[in-house]
Amino acid sequence: MQNYSLSHLEELESEAIFIIREVAAQFQNPVLLFSGGKDSITVYHLAKKAFWPAKIPFPLMHIDTEHNFPEAITFRDQLAEKDGINMIVKSVQDSIDQGRVVEETGVNSSRNLAQITTLVDSIEELKFDACLGGARRDEEKARAKERFFSHRDEFSQWDPKNQRPELWNIFNGRCKMGEHFRVFPISNWTEMDVWQYLKKENIDIPNLYFAHEREVVNRDGVLLAKSEFLTLKEGEAYENRIVRYRTLGDMTCTGAVTSECYNLDDIIEEVAATRITERGGRFDDRRSETAMEDRKKDGYF
Amino acid sequence: MSYLDMTLLRFSTAGSVDDGKSTLIGRLLYDTKSIFEDQYQALEKSSNLRGEEEVNLALLTDGLKAEREQGITIDVAYRYFATPKRKFIIADTPGHIQYTRNMVTGASTANLAIVLVDARKGVLEQTKRHSFISSLLGIPHLVVCINKMDLVDYSEEVYEKIRSEFEDFGARLAINDIRFIPISALKGDNVVTRSEHTPWYGGATLLNVLENVHIGSDNNLVDCRFPVQFVVRPNTDEYHDYRGYSGRVAGGVWKVGDEVKVLPSGWNSKVKSIDTYGKSLQEAFPPMSVTITLEDDIDISRGDMLVRPNNQPEQTQDLDLMVCWFNPVALKLNGKYAIHHTSKAARCVVKKILYKVNVNNLHRDQEDKTVGMNDIARISVRTTAPLFVDRYTRNRNTGSLILIDEATNETVGAAMVLN
Ligand SMILES: Nc1nc2c(ncn2[C@@H]2O[C@H](COP(=O)(O)OP(=O)(O)O)[C@@H](O)[C@H]2O)c(=O)[nH]1
Repeated sequence: MQNYSLSHLEELESEAIFIIREVAAQFQNPVLLFSGGKDSITVYHLAKKAFWPAKIPFPLMHIDTEHNFPEAITFRDQLAEKDGINMIVKSVQDSIDQGRVVEETGVNSSRNLAQITTLVDSIEELKFDACLGGARRDEEKARAKERFFSHRDEFSQWDPKNQRPELWNIFNGRCKMGEHFRVFPISNWTEMDVWQYLKKENIDIPNLYFAHEREVVNRDGVLLAKSEFLTLKEGEAYENRIVRYRTLGDMTCTGAVTSECYNLDDIIEEVAATRITERGGRFDDRRSETAMEDRKKDGYF
Repeated sequence: MSYLDMTLLRFSTAGSVDDGKSTLIGRLLYDTKSIFEDQYQALEKSSNLRGEEEVNLALLTDGLKAEREQGITIDVAYRYFATPKRKFIIADTPGHIQYTRNMVTGASTANLAIVLVDARKGVLEQTKRHSFISSLLGIPHLVVCINKMDLVDYSEEVYEKIRSEFEDFGARLAINDIRFIPISALKGDNVVTRSEHTPWYGGATLLNVLENVHIGSDNNLVDCRFPVQFVVRPNTDEYHDYRGYSGRVAGGVWKVGDEVKVLPSGWNSKVKSIDTYGKSLQEAFPPMSVTITLEDDIDISRGDMLVRPNNQPEQTQDLDLMVCWFNPVALKLNGKYAIHHTSKAARCVVKKILYKVNVNNLHRDQEDKTVGMNDIARISVRTTAPLFVDRYTRNRNTGSLILIDEATNETVGAAMVLN
């Protein structure tokens, strides 16, 4: 008899496609938040699959901190061009220039918080009622209880104590004017699932994820890339290393790992053997034990 | 690439404070090397701050700040780990009676439930509650872990006594596959590796059960059900006349050429193609997301259901339901609620509250009919439009629905169809 069962990647894919279609069906004006990282590239690929042979019935939006890796921006622009995507780009610099938010200063400053303002302003301005994102529950402990359909009030705030229950495969996307939902189709995926899926589906990702030579500075165990945005502290110096990235954020706070992985197979092998979480290399999470949870309440992705 | 053959198992855990649930999950994650160094260091740090000597693996499954302060889990937290055979999704839920709703949520998607029993205490009310909820939510496999065996000298007698106690009431559960494992979550006995301390136990370790339990037949492969989720109309030159019905197979095996009946219109047609991205399939089964095209041009929209002419769900406006209530505001007799069932939305009015179920012993309470938060009750409702339902025990996808308060938009109840 035939075995009617799916592999874990097929089942995760099917679940994610279901969620994405549910968003298109339940909301008036959804958007896919695209960061240029592997997770949002995965969600974008799933959205393509969900609506084929039609086009994705909503735009993509990138909140550009302008502290991004130039390679990630090039990748974004090339993808938009190739696939004919409606890519909205909103700039954090604009929010700063308009006085909507004050830029952090100092050696460990980042535009992580400023980004929230730009995002929230853009959602209000463009009247999005659902924002699809690539966050995963395994990334960080505050995310373990996040819903697929995560409700945000009119101030874009998340209330972890008052979340709508989600049972079976039934999703409740009803909301009032001014409120919206963040929707996370790959909630149930782990970092490993994403790498395996990228490989299985032969999906292009920025070359930053693969080993390359780069000037970095070792700051408290985090390897930060040389860039115009980084100020060296006393006693620090750049050195040349063969590195790659497991996650992409701002150049100012995303750490590289020393690695000789030149393709996805190498990465899958390396991730299986590593003992550090992907966000372990991110300065923004280290600020306090509940850093992520606090940012999420304020409207972070 | 062996990971292409891995399967997925979703399981729920429930336990009352101090049964060792968090320690067990921590142990599973730790022994399968799913805990990373930085997570481990963070644990070490938190444990030290709390003045604890050993690294408290239980802290791993402790999510939000408020909970950390109170020292208990108050929501469903999802955890992930994998072995070369399977990927696992744990729905980790609290065990107190006031979190019945969270247990129900965690159980709703689980293939398997782990129920923890403290070997020193034996089968308690809460053990029964967890088992009843698992049974009610249609979980096909139950594993009873008799924990803290180290504290009873790994005694076979204690184990056998608890096992027979459980079997006495287990006969009332609608679960056929029930297994027992003597473990120590703290020391690791029979969790991932076989224990030397229990030579009298001939069964498998917990991880072994999780890796090998047969889940292939948990889905309904008999009754073809395809709720239409979204209609795909590309309107491009290449696919000018393409009209596809997207959705997730909710039951049965669909094949190209199969006869189809469309509900509610009643039109018949045949499956022309089963499409996924750039590729056509010969068949589709649960829980695949696909797009189906039909031989004939029929007006079909979201909320309709494709079925087989000779195997149809019940079409009815009168539903007999077992509801679990989620909201502090009680269920209202004659109250109106919005209803979401598969891809269909409707409204309903509550006609009758028949009885409440005591989840500790499954007794029916016909006196007190106030259905408040965490209560489970049998009710009947009438809907504004016919729904296409199967009994929950036959199909979890077409036999489940949620109730929504139309004023607040909150999900206030979750129900299983008994029709
Ligand atoms: N001796 C022993 N203690 C255990 C075992 N499992 C858990 N414990 C202890 O029981 C207490 C409660 O465990 P915890 O995992 O926090 O329980 P939870 O409230 O169910 O999550 C802790 O002090 C654990 O160290 C076990 O198998 N043997």
